[in-house]
Amino acid sequence: MECQECHQRPATVHLTKVINGDKTEVHVCEQCAKEKGYGESSFSLNDLLSGLFNFDHASSLGSGTAPSSKQPAQQLQCPKCGLTYQEFTRIGKFGCAECYKTFDDKLNPIFRRVHSGNTEHNGKIPKREGGNLHLRKEVEQKKHLLHQLIEKEEFEEAAKVRDQIRKLEKKLQNEQGGDE
Amino acid sequence: MMSLQNFMNEAISPWMKEEGPDSDIVLSSRIRLARNFAQVTFPIIAKEEDLKPILDFFEQKYAHQSFKEYKNFELVAMNNLKPIEKRVLVEKHLISPHLAEHSDHSAVLISENEQISVMINEEDHLRIQLYYPGFQLEQALKRASELDDWLEEKINYAFDENRGYLTACPTNVGTGMRASVMMHLPALAMTQQVNRMIPAINQLGLVVRGIYGEGSEALGNIFQISNQITLGKSEEDIVEDLQSVVRQLIDQERRARETLMQRSGIQLEDRVFRSYGVLKNSRIIESKEAAKCLSDVRLGIDLGFIKNISKNILNELMILTQPGFLQQYAQETLTPDQRDIRRASLIRERLQLEKK
Repeated sequence: MECQECHQRPATVHLTKVINGDKTEVHVCEQCAKEKGYGESSFSLNDLLSGLFNFDHASSLGSGTAPSSKQPAQQLQCPKCGLTYQEFTRIGKFGCAECYKTFDDKLNPIFRRVHSGNTEHNGKIPKREGGNLHLRKEVEQKKHLLHQLIEKEEFEEAAKVRDQIRKLEKKLQNEQGGDE
Repeated sequence: MMSLQNFMNEAISPWMKEEGPDSDIVLSSRIRLARNFAQVTFPIIAKEEDLKPILDFFEQKYAHQSFKEYKNFELVAMNNLKPIEKRVLVEKHLISPHLAEHSDHSAVLISENEQISVMINEEDHLRIQLYYPGFQLEQALKRASELDDWLEEKINYAFDENRGYLTACPTNVGTGMRASVMMHLPALAMTQQVNRMIPAINQLGLVVRGIYGEGSEALGNIFQISNQITLGKSEEDIVEDLQSVVRQLIDQERRARETLMQRSGIQLEDRVFRSYGVLKNSRIIESKEAAKCLSDVRLGIDLGFIKNISKNILNELMILTQPGFLQQYAQETLTPDQRDIRRASLIRERLQLEKK
């Protein structure tokens, strides 16, 4: 749903006004809501949900929806989809893939909280989009294994793994060379 | 449009008719993968001109295609469906309630046997779902991953080295995978053990829900168990963790059934046949009571009290007696009172069929 005022940004503030029994609904974005003075005393369900994500400024929780415009993080805006960091924490959703880069500095605490302390992907790598990540991950794993083998003094096995790593690194070099 | 009619009229999907491993307790296994197009804003923010090309792309590239044994994909645009029809697809778990509510520029791609459904322009651009009967999570993961590779041949996925598959919601990032099983746990429920187990299961990073997902009740003692964490663990590890909990629950449920049989066999038999009597004879029945009785009857079949009724009766009638299906069957909108009457007669008819 887009903002009723600017018709550009997504509507993230949803208000129902009841005046003398007349009900009107307002759907606007964060920015327009501030400019038009909507929502001064509102507290949406999303505010509750976003409590989960709003991690690095606990102070703003005490004062309800007080706009913490002094925080530089709040000024962050995704160049691709226009979502601001404040809107992100409010709706709890990213607007596009680029948002992940734009808000990168702020994401670790959120991910840690949602994913039991994890912040980095450890699973499937897509065949095409993943590029040579497959190879690089394999090298990483083998190096880890090598380390373990040396500690256990299993040198014969370690030598084999070392050779495998050399082969993989060569392959990686060739691939990178081929890309250019 | 032959297949669309099938999607609507048959309560149980063709794949459900096959019996999977541990099917006395695990009704089905599911893998869901969330994927996005790299260059397109996510559906919550995207405009028509962003979403329409994705829909067209699927129409051109995947409609009427086949992947391995999954033949004849049908692309069903949400805007072409009546509200009752959408509800039927939700009740069959072929689409999510979210997709039914956000119908503009959204669609679902369904394989003929309904084992695969790919929701398009849901919260993410793609929600790939694959079902298997019984307890077959590993098999489901393998197939889902192959399907994912097949789709990726033509699509540039939003993927980041550090964060993995990028999704609209931070709770799905990483693998984008939700693995889940539907379990029928009547003995654990009867003996009040389920409620004590749920907090322990939650602590392991897994979630327990009712049959229709988030916030829904465990109708008919059917519980859905799935992973919560999607980031930092591999798909295989997530599935393995879920599997080990499911295996324990299967053992516990079997043990609880044995204990019940030994200690109160006659009471159990009485309960099963009373419920059977209600289903066979009632003229008005609410969905909650129907679900409870169906659960008892299914348990009665598993324990050998009731013979000559197919095990699928629980899955089938649970879906068939949902509001959407009842109305689809009646071909008209029904009030809740009318539904309770329809439900009762439908169950009687269905049980009659079993006797042959």
